[in-house]
Amino acid sequence: MSEEFKIEIINPEKYFLSKEDATEVIIPAFEGEMGILKDHISIISFLKPGIITINAKSGEDKFYVEDGIVEFKNNNLSVLTSSIFNLKEIEKNKLQDLLKKAEEEANKDEINDQAKYLADQKIEVLRSLN
Amino acid sequence: MASLDDLKKRIASVKSTQKITKAMKMVAAAKLRRAQESAEKGRPYSEKMNNIILNLSDGISDKENAPKLLSGSGNDKIHLCVIMTSDRGLCGGFNSNIIKKAKSYFAKLLKEGKNLKIITVGSKGNDQLKRAYGEKIIENISFKDSKHANYFDADKVGKIVIEKFNKEEFDVCTIFYNQFKNVITQIPQAQQIIPLKVENSVEDKSEDSYEFEPEEDEILGNLLPKNISTQIFKAMLENSASEQGSRMSAMDNATRNAGEMVDKLTIEYNRSRQAAITKELIEIISGAESL
Repeated sequence: MSEEFKIEIINPEKYFLSKEDATEVIIPAFEGEMGILKDHISIISFLKPGIITINAKSGEDKFYVEDGIVEFKNNNLSVLTSSIFNLKEIEKNKLQDLLKKAEEEANKDEINDQAKYLADQKIEVLRSLN
Repeated sequence: MASLDDLKKRIASVKSTQKITKAMKMVAAAKLRRAQESAEKGRPYSEKMNNIILNLSDGISDKENAPKLLSGSGNDKIHLCVIMTSDRGLCGGFNSNIIKKAKSYFAKLLKEGKNLKIITVGSKGNDQLKRAYGEKIIENISFKDSKHANYFDADKVGKIVIEKFNKEEFDVCTIFYNQFKNVITQIPQAQQIIPLKVENSVEDKSEDSYEFEPEEDEILGNLLPKNISTQIFKAMLENSASEQGSRMSAMDNATRNAGEMVDKLTIEYNRSRQAAITKELIEIISGAESL
């Protein structure tokens, strides 16, 4: 039996990515990283800023996401996200921009705990990329 | 009858107007293709979002504590209407159709004694509503600078709406926009987004239950605000496709009308030219006869 399943990444503007031959996908779920293999139980979760790693027969892909929802059902993984960047294509100064923005956000005075947590996460991930 | 010179001038001016409308039609056609494409590309996102929310709200065990964005604030007094129109004119009935729909809805609300608040997106809607409902308009948002409908703008509108909801400034929120069906047909729509009406699509109902991480209500709490922005974004995409479609057919009509007018004026011009010649001939002949 094959160990492959389908993954789709959709952002509001278009189908960002669609692959039929994913073998393992690691997503930064809100409560910790999560690896998804074939025949995982149906699950809905949301994402925190981090890296999505897709291992597929056709190669490995890495994406930086800031937020999103994941749904896994019937060996179909859908990721809905409004901000996603392919790490291969993204430029260094774009990453710097994102980092700067996140830092500004984290340093705001009137910020609630959750937003602060998310901003800190962003900074951490972006720093590790730079 | 107008003099020959006047007719000539009129023909020239109608012709140059025709040139403009023709060019506008071409531009609209090119933009329409792009707008239509992005409206189609944007659909999967909002559909998926809707599905997930449907599955989630099914899974919620205690409806009492469901997030307010889903269940409403419990009241039905203050209605917020978000009217989405274009920033540019010359697009046929596009804006007035939305306004007409919105106005009949306003009239119904006011008759029922409800409180009304309006947010206009796009300057044309604001212009048309200012006179009759000026004091009801609490905000006017315009995205003149951004070339295409983008999610970032939609998110801005969404955040404003949610912020007002959290401050309990309104109970029910409805958005008005034109749904793009085809180039000649755009249907003005009123869609209620708060409290959310989940449409029951039977096909994608899952029998198996989901595992949620974190809990359902927490996911819903996170998802619902996003859904508002998504719905607004969808409306913006539909709107921009409709706007271009409507402009294209309006400009097509205008070009055709201008053509007809040029024909009519040309006939009139030729006729009066002929009349002048005949008149001169008669004068010459009768002059010769009297000699």
